[in-house]
Amino acid sequence: MIKLNGLFDKKIAVVNIGIPSFAEDLKKQSVPVQHVDWRPPAGGNARMRSLIDKIKKGAKS
Amino acid sequence: MIDVTEANAVALARIRAAEPKVVGIGICGDVVPGMKKDLVLHAGPPITWDRMSGPMKGAVLGGLVYEGLAKDVAAAEKLVTSGGVKFSPWHEHAGVGPMAGVATARMPVWIVEDKVHGNRTYCTFNEGLGKVLRYGAYSAEVIDRLRWMEGTLAPILAKTLVLKGEINLLALMSQALQMGDEGHNRNRAGTSLLIRELGPALMDVDAPVADRKRSLEFINGNDHFFLNLTMPMCKVIMMAAEWVEGSSIVTTMCRNGTDFGIRVAGLKDQWFTGPAGIVDGLYFAGYTKEDGNPDIGDSAITETCGLGAFSMAAAPAIVKFVGGTVADALTYTRRMYEITDGESEAFRIPNLDFRGSPQGIDIVKVCETGIAPQINTGVAHKEAGIGQIGAGLVNPPMKCFEDALEAFAERYFSE
Amino acid sequence: MSVVKMEIRRGAYFDSVTLMRISADAKKIAGVTAAVVGMGTDYNIDSLKRLGMWTDAAADVTPSDLMLAISADDDKLAAEALVAVDGLLKARQAAKSETGDWLPSTLAGAIKVLPEANVVLISVPGAHAAREARQALEAGLHVMLFSDNVSLEEELALKEFAVGRELLVMGPDCGTAILNGVPLAFANVVRRGTIGVVAASGTGLQEFTSLVHRFGAGISQAIGVGGRDLSDAIGGRMTLLAVRALAADPQTRVLALVSKPPAPQTLEKLLVELKSVGKPVVVYFIGAPADAIRAAGFMPASHLEDAARQASQLALGRDLTSLVDDAALDHAAEGITLHGSYLRGLYSGGTLCDEAQRRLLPVLNVISSNTPISGGKKLTDIHQSEGHTIVDLGDDDFTRGRAHPMIDPTARQERLAREIADPSVGMILLDVVLGYGSHPDMAGELASTIRDAGAARMATGQAPLIAAAICGTEDDPQDFAAQVKTLEAVGVKVFPAHAALCAFAARVMGANR
Repeated sequence: MIKLNGLFDKKIAVVNIGIPSFAEDLKKQSVPVQHVDWRPPAGGNARMRSLIDKIKKGAKS
Repeated sequence: MIDVTEANAVALARIRAAEPKVVGIGICGDVVPGMKKDLVLHAGPPITWDRMSGPMKGAVLGGLVYEGLAKDVAAAEKLVTSGGVKFSPWHEHAGVGPMAGVATARMPVWIVEDKVHGNRTYCTFNEGLGKVLRYGAYSAEVIDRLRWMEGTLAPILAKTLVLKGEINLLALMSQALQMGDEGHNRNRAGTSLLIRELGPALMDVDAPVADRKRSLEFINGNDHFFLNLTMPMCKVIMMAAEWVEGSSIVTTMCRNGTDFGIRVAGLKDQWFTGPAGIVDGLYFAGYTKEDGNPDIGDSAITETCGLGAFSMAAAPAIVKFVGGTVADALTYTRRMYEITDGESEAFRIPNLDFRGSPQGIDIVKVCETGIAPQINTGVAHKEAGIGQIGAGLVNPPMKCFEDALEAFAERYFSE
Repeated sequence: MSVVKMEIRRGAYFDSVTLMRISADAKKIAGVTAAVVGMGTDYNIDSLKRLGMWTDAAADVTPSDLMLAISADDDKLAAEALVAVDGLLKARQAAKSETGDWLPSTLAGAIKVLPEANVVLISVPGAHAAREARQALEAGLHVMLFSDNVSLEEELALKEFAVGRELLVMGPDCGTAILNGVPLAFANVVRRGTIGVVAASGTGLQEFTSLVHRFGAGISQAIGVGGRDLSDAIGGRMTLLAVRALAADPQTRVLALVSKPPAPQTLEKLLVELKSVGKPVVVYFIGAPADAIRAAGFMPASHLEDAARQASQLALGRDLTSLVDDAALDHAAEGITLHGSYLRGLYSGGTLCDEAQRRLLPVLNVISSNTPISGGKKLTDIHQSEGHTIVDLGDDDFTRGRAHPMIDPTARQERLAREIADPSVGMILLDVVLGYGSHPDMAGELASTIRDAGAARMATGQAPLIAAAICGTEDDPQDFAAQVKTLEAVGVKVFPAHAALCAFAARVMGANR
């Protein structure tokens, strides 16, 4: 039986990464939401990002 | 294949387990590993004379005169330029020094020991405010004061410690944090608690009353006296994580007035440097950013350990230096949780519901988020000997962390 | 003589919607002839060149750098405008959050503040979206992936990972979902009920759920799966997971599927899965022949209103009158004479644009579009209508560097004005999509264009007939009833469902051949 980790029985609480108005709309409806002040990883530096991904992939636990 | 998460957990466990205590006072040349008569220790990463900033040069010259290696400042300069002295970072000798951080062999030093892992660290005594060696002043007044500290203050404090026994620095610092200190730019509570620790024993020390009184007045007249204990305390705590294989946690952040340098637990003995920054903050009347020296001192070891700017939420008064609000102070600390792997057990912040301060800066997180560690600091005038001209906020250059990340990936993750 | 001033901010980042709003506000500043406030993407750099605003300062700009470029009547005005734009940027930066002034910069930071989080809504640029989604899944959270420009390989990897952990990945390019009654991104406020719907279409889901509400039934869950989920490359992974979850959900008593026809192998897998659901299933595979669906034992729908009505009938256990009321439509169309030969449809929703083309192709024989259905004609120039034309203004080709027409009416207003002024145009169709995320007063914006642009032709009694359907409910943040009134006040005929609008258009165009 697929229960999606009990999602349908939970109170929806959202982390919003990207367009701020999505978080504002959820707040208007009193839905718990946390907006993330997102910026491109490693300041958009592709080389840094691939190094980071390499390390994180190998970081295991 | 190294497991970075596991390595960092090990490093953090060692950091949390450390028990730093003041165990005594010694003479630099006697107790500091690798110290020599013709060696001058300094703050920050390795640097040569020609690249040193004004305050650092002034401190070196003054230190050489104090040490007796040169009869005056002119002779001291000749000695240096002829290669008659060597320079070495305090960090490579298990110690730390505030601002220029210059130390020579005769200087008395605090001895701090981590009772769990056995490491010892060292730091000179804080001279006070105004015209002092650490800001590059080298006048007779400065030298005289250093001589008094060596001849009178240090022996008295050494005897006091013998009577008092070891001082639990973690206990003092965690209390000071709850009293509005952050261990870097606000140390009044810590200094006050230290006087309480020493007071009764000081009464029984075999030395003239006038000298003991003057010693107490000396400590009492300098809110930052405790800084020279918070720094070796943080140094010895971070040493517990050196050099955990595969760990990406920063164990050293320091500046020499020209360069900012970091070291990483899993990259033994390697320095990663970049240009030291200019401080953004309040400058005392008559001074501006143009007069300020770039960031200088080993005091960033406090931030490395979760104090200083990382605990700004505990000492909101600091933000007045940047025209901020109490909410800003909380924000600065909150931001640091995003680049650290752990939260301190001992250092808890009342304004954040006694949450442990952000501890264990991770170079991967710094590079990924683009959030540089925050540092609060005093600003030295760029000319030797003028002293502090302001205070505020500064960050290390991202270059240090990016270079470290490259080296880390190269060391542990190249095919 | 125009003066161009430019400022580059290295490593500064703002989301595209915020930057578009600031650009639009910048253009309104006195003396400003043009403004480009955007990240250093190829598109924005091209815009600078196109507007004659490119300077050497932009030479080594990267997509991680923010460009502020102002063209104004003189130096002083340009400098003032830059200061004003800086103010707008600062104001956006001071966004408040649950934690006062501080916003976490990472998912991990957000989870520390909101440990009960169970859904991550991701709308960052496509190049970074898959990475964020992966982190969310690794943290055990469900994902709504609003971002597009995510590669097929990334989508497959995400969905395989997610299915293994029983986590949803709604998307990529998923604009609409309603979970546990909560509208996410662009979604309507609809009654909670027993119909669970899985959709590979955004506005299709919005119209379906709004009509279910209109019929008096309700939605248990509305799960978007992204437009490519039912391709053979992705194999319907998310659709299957969602269907299984709804089959096991005690709140869901009726299932509905809305999508373009699945690829053949995937369709087979899906039909097998649907057989074991054990609840009635209404299937609307847009444009697909109904026989295969009926043969497999499910209820085919011929359009969105039909799908909503069938599902609602099953949920409520009673027959429901269709909103496509033949008698009423006959009456409405009676005696209408058009003053131009051609029909123009200006849509903000892709599925609705499709639905209109399907309904009207048999009547009009040739329909041009930027997204033609099979049997339709591709426009040579998407900005220039040819004969009967129905366009999806929300499609990528129209929205590059611009806000979506559901948020920002400007592009549609410009096109609408041109169509109204074109004497060969006899009828114009519009969709107005309400709900969270959409413009607060789209009807008002369209009405003002209709009033202004239509004045000349109206004076001569030659105005085109304009008809619209409003997708939404009376519980949406916009005032549904007022939106209807606003359009009717400028002579627009408003219909209760898109299918009804199409049926009306078919009658009128048929009678005016």
